[in-house]
Amino acid sequence: MADDSVITVRDLRMRYGTKDVLDGVEFEVRRGEVVTLLGPNGAGKTTTVEILEGFRERSGGEVRVLGADPLTAPESWRAGIGIVLQSWRDHGLWKVHELLRHLGEYYEPYGTAERPRPRPVDALLETVGLADAADQRVSKLSGGQRRRLDVAIGIVGRPELLFLDEPTAGFDPEARRDFHDIVHSLVDLEDTTIVLTTHDLDEAEKLADRILILAGGHIVAAGSADALARQVEGKAQVTWTRGGERYVHAADDATAFVRSLFAQYGDEVADLEVRRTTLEDTYMALVRKQEYGAASEAVPAAVPARDGGER
Amino acid sequence: MNPRNHAVKVGLRRGWTLTRLGLRNPEDLLFYLVWGGGMAVYLIVNRNDEVGDTGLSFATVALPGVIAAMMVFGGIVGPAFSLVLEREDGTLLRAKSAPHGLIGYVTAQVVYQASSAIPTLVVLVVPTALAVDDVMHRGAYGWAMVALIVVLGLAATLPIGMVLGSLARKPSQVSTWGMVPVIGLTLFSGIFGPVTNHAGWVQGVVQAFPTYWMGHLMRWAFLPDAAKAIELGGEWRVLPALVVVAAWAVVGLVLAPVVLRRMARRESGSAVEARMAERMQRVG
Repeated sequence: MADDSVITVRDLRMRYGTKDVLDGVEFEVRRGEVVTLLGPNGAGKTTTVEILEGFRERSGGEVRVLGADPLTAPESWRAGIGIVLQSWRDHGLWKVHELLRHLGEYYEPYGTAERPRPRPVDALLETVGLADAADQRVSKLSGGQRRRLDVAIGIVGRPELLFLDEPTAGFDPEARRDFHDIVHSLVDLEDTTIVLTTHDLDEAEKLADRILILAGGHIVAAGSADALARQVEGKAQVTWTRGGERYVHAADDATAFVRSLFAQYGDEVADLEVRRTTLEDTYMALVRKQEYGAASEAVPAAVPARDGGER
Repeated sequence: MNPRNHAVKVGLRRGWTLTRLGLRNPEDLLFYLVWGGGMAVYLIVNRNDEVGDTGLSFATVALPGVIAAMMVFGGIVGPAFSLVLEREDGTLLRAKSAPHGLIGYVTAQVVYQASSAIPTLVVLVVPTALAVDDVMHRGAYGWAMVALIVVLGLAATLPIGMVLGSLARKPSQVSTWGMVPVIGLTLFSGIFGPVTNHAGWVQGVVQAFPTYWMGHLMRWAFLPDAAKAIELGGEWRVLPALVVVAAWAVVGLVLAPVVLRRMARRESGSAVEARMAERMQRVG
């Protein structure tokens, strides 16, 4: 298992002044996994990703990314890493294909037979849906096209590990679906490992093999969307009508509850609906639990278990 | 191939692309035209004033110094502004994300800043040379010396510009710590009139900086030997000039990589975001 570990994080700490933004974060990402970092604003998602990217010095803990400590890794380590940066206004005068060709050139010395580097520009433009804009100046691109270019730049070096910080912010639904297709093909065809941060729970559910929820400086939960839902005292919401009146009940065991419902009222029950806990419910429950936990520091038991996904 | 050398090669190509894009960018072109053209007009208008009893016209004497001053200004302020702005817009972070990308970035800056001096010089020198008789008194040898002095001047100024650009946190600091001192030095460094017009201590101060000496070297390369009468001490001081300019080059070349690396290490996506937000507030 250690062999195919792409990222290992142990007891990661980050302190700004007197504030502990990250306070003992631990997780592992294996080759070919898509892992999403979820969490409220200020929870340290971006800080965590930037530490993994080697762009930020940590206050403590152990971090291995592609077999090296990002802080001391040699430049060749960069060749294995792709970063989709937030959209800026750099290289406005450059033509799209010109910029991709130029940035790709940096990766030439690092190509191998199984991972030829860089990616051919024309195919890459096709992949991200920018083929028609190849000759346009970067400053003339629309917001969505600009984000597609950011994605293209992130993968031009055919990275083994790709970081995406809120990748689809500003995407229309079509662009979002295209982007999800790109992510799936990167994972399926090239065994790329992907770490992304997002606010979009739907996106997290669609893309991620595993979701890490970061709150209060810890990973408060980790697992697939399903596993997370089970982790939160899996209450399902049952609604029905009886005699023209609408009822709602939150049930721990929805099946047993519905059975008793019918046993009691039989044919009177109508419009029955059972809604499973969504990722959103789970997320809200976990984050809230963390916030209350942090508020009542006098009660140590209220602090949630770290890295709960391992249970 | 050694990855570092490869990155230098990528940087050279990048520098060429930047130069090409600059030559097609109206803003850059306007800058060359106003800057170089304005100076040319000034020199041509004053071409009949004679300097002392040298028999040389003001335009002839001032042209070498103006070339030197423009080089120093462009060599320091150009990269300084580039670095600050490209840190703000994320260009630098893009470079940092690629293997040895910073080597490529700096190489490209050197190529671009050096080559962008050429259009300004052409706009300045060609019309002046046509309108004023005999700007170059030493023929081919003189031009060869001019080329060497230009290279030395760039070696002295570009690293300083990069250090300034790395230390400055926003563009206005480049104006305060780069542009204002450089323009100040230019006014007192004997570019537009003999340095002996200024107080003794001013003469002493300007001789610690490259502007004065670059002007001196350029005049030495352009003017007839008799023109040394208007220099300090009435003689050409080529060796001290080379020593001072070379000393600045050495200091800059030692400092620049250290300061650049330190600055680049702090760059991250959120750093760029934070500066963008701050900039929006500044503008709005």
